[in-house]
Amino acid sequence: MSDRWVAVLSGGLSHERDVSLRSGRRLSAALRTVGLTVEEWDADGELLGRLRRHRPDAVVLALHGGEGENGAFQSVLELAGVPFVGTDSRWCRRAWDKPTAKTEMLRAGHSTPDWVSLPHSTFRTLGARAVLDAVVTRFGLPLVLKPDQGGSALGARLVTEAEELPAAMVGVLSYSDSVLIERYVEGVEVAVSVIEGPEGPTALPAVEIEPASGFYDYASRYTAGLTEFHTPARLEPGQARKVADLAVAAHQLLGLRDVSRTDAVVTADGDVHFLEVNVSPGLTETSLLPMSADAAGRSLGEVFAGLVERAVARGGRVL
Amino acid sequence: MESPELPPVLRGGQPQGPRGQRSLDPHLDRYAERTAGMTASEIRALFSVASRPEVVSLAGGMPNLAALPLESLAAEVARLVATEGQTALQYGSAHGVPELREQIVEVMALEGISAHPDDVVVTVGSQMALDTVARIFCDPGDVIIAEAPSYVGALGSFAAYQAEVVHVSMDDEGLVPDDLRQALEAAERAGKRVKFLYTIPNFHNPAGVTLAVRRRAEVLEICARHGVLVIEDNPYGLLGFDNQIYPALRADDPDNVIYLGSFSKIFASGLRVGWALAPHAVREKLVLASESATLCPPTFNQLLVSRYLSTHDWKGQIKSYREVYRERRDAMLGALEQHMPAGCQWTRPDGGFYVWLTAPEGVDTKAMLPRAITKRVAYVSGTAFHANGFGSRQMRLSFCYPTPDRIREGVRRLGGVLQDELELLNTFGTVRPPALGGPQAPSPDTA
Repeated sequence: MSDRWVAVLSGGLSHERDVSLRSGRRLSAALRTVGLTVEEWDADGELLGRLRRHRPDAVVLALHGGEGENGAFQSVLELAGVPFVGTDSRWCRRAWDKPTAKTEMLRAGHSTPDWVSLPHSTFRTLGARAVLDAVVTRFGLPLVLKPDQGGSALGARLVTEAEELPAAMVGVLSYSDSVLIERYVEGVEVAVSVIEGPEGPTALPAVEIEPASGFYDYASRYTAGLTEFHTPARLEPGQARKVADLAVAAHQLLGLRDVSRTDAVVTADGDVHFLEVNVSPGLTETSLLPMSADAAGRSLGEVFAGLVERAVARGGRVL
Repeated sequence: MESPELPPVLRGGQPQGPRGQRSLDPHLDRYAERTAGMTASEIRALFSVASRPEVVSLAGGMPNLAALPLESLAAEVARLVATEGQTALQYGSAHGVPELREQIVEVMALEGISAHPDDVVVTVGSQMALDTVARIFCDPGDVIIAEAPSYVGALGSFAAYQAEVVHVSMDDEGLVPDDLRQALEAAERAGKRVKFLYTIPNFHNPAGVTLAVRRRAEVLEICARHGVLVIEDNPYGLLGFDNQIYPALRADDPDNVIYLGSFSKIFASGLRVGWALAPHAVREKLVLASESATLCPPTFNQLLVSRYLSTHDWKGQIKSYREVYRERRDAMLGALEQHMPAGCQWTRPDGGFYVWLTAPEGVDTKAMLPRAITKRVAYVSGTAFHANGFGSRQMRLSFCYPTPDRIREGVRRLGGVLQDELELLNTFGTVRPPALGGPQAPSPDTA
């Protein structure tokens, strides 16, 4: 049991506010079960005042999307000198921006599906049809479209026909000014959570994701029953080790701290491809990190209580 | 790199199949077919942001309660508990509190309805009345005729009873009788059973238009000729901005119209007190169905409404509501004129809560919502008000809750969002130039 008191920060104004609030509620309950005193705070204009008045031992971010993951709120916590669980503000952005994270992973020798990242302005300048034709010629179909930044699969589309592309582009660009267009790699989709402890970052058992619709979109993620999960993933031991290694590598290479979740796909011939990494993994009832923790025999509260201790030991960083 | 030790085992907790297979919903195969569409949605998630004060929400239909006399209502609540607590806190009749039913008859008299209190059934908001009507009349596959667009809560209820909704168009005088006639004839030719016409004749939600008085008899006559009931949903009828009160359909055809009323818009929505006025035989079934659903509507709330009607100037309160909403309507219409891009059209309501906006061709208001949320403004996409996927070019804008300044700011933001969206559509070749002229009123989106 712990006598720590922490503020769990959730909500905010990103598109993922709803998911974040659910993560925050679940995390808070989990921390209370292991004896921590928890207050749930929204990420709003009262935040700095609350931090000044209440001085929690640490802040735990359950924020998803936007300023909760791109380093902005982390910067503010650093300015305030408050210890927090999660990645340092300066490193958040590299992981948060999907094309940047993919580039870093590719450069380090890891496989990731071919992609281009294009802003709306490029399509406007060069002509959408010509650019999309070039994409299809190079990558073929199907294609996966995602906002460059953002999570919970909000805006993500699987496009199987070329004529669907323009409307799908409009939909994705409603979430973000720039779109990641990725070659679709068929295989087993897995998510591997990484938790840091005294012995460094450790991968929890991979969760295999099997959406009934074939595509792990928002509805498949947050409607209980629309996706089957297998924990640990039904992988050969060598493949399981490879995905665990990939997740730890992503965690270290991208400068992540305390906790992360890497999404990857394992093809039929056993190749492992990095898809993206999350600096603030979802913690809702249908989220993947809690399943991994459960499979590892650890409770969510216990995992995050350990991370709180790490944050307190680090102290509030002063820039 | 060193491989981490892979944790070997799974633990219990959730039901799991072989090797930790988990669906997160062990009841998946047990749900009724009608739950098929009940999934998480991106749009619903986005509305979580809309509740933040930074966002100007033109989405919700929350009445403005700021003008309510809260201090005297607090005293009324205290008196109710002190003098009638034993009754107010007890179960009541499924039919509703008798004195309230008498008062409801007086409220309806303002719209020309002559009724007996015994034919009034008090319900948990008029939403429950609507649900109960669908419950007692609709078998799976039955047809309900509704305006295009129609109230989203009604469509949800009808879907729950697996009824098929057939939309008929409206113009700036409301429901188009010829389209109603054709829809009924088409249904008959197809051998379908049409159970009723569901209509919101006054200050329509979401369209903001009103059924012209000269059309009302024709609509009733068409329905009677085809043996189809009329469900008249009238929550906004007393909220005409020029103090106009339109004659209820029920007033002209007591035997073939079920009238639904509500105190949500003229008093307090949180009390959830509404009613149905139905012909005697129907009323009997409504009471029984209502009893099996809730036993009885909340006695406390009914008695509070009753006391409010007898001790407060409720007509004066409605007058003040009208003034508030008229000012907000004016703010919205003025801002729309100022900020909407060319090619947008919208209705000009003379009562109620809503403006219905039609965007230029190619715009998908549902797909555009994330952009709007990013710019801190929210609306409801038109597809929510159609059972058939139409309405993608439309949106409902509510002026009931935000202040006039907030409305102007919200519309200004929305104008920018639409402008950006048109630019995006232009880039991807999915927009056509705006048509000149054309109807200013809602109609089915056949794009």
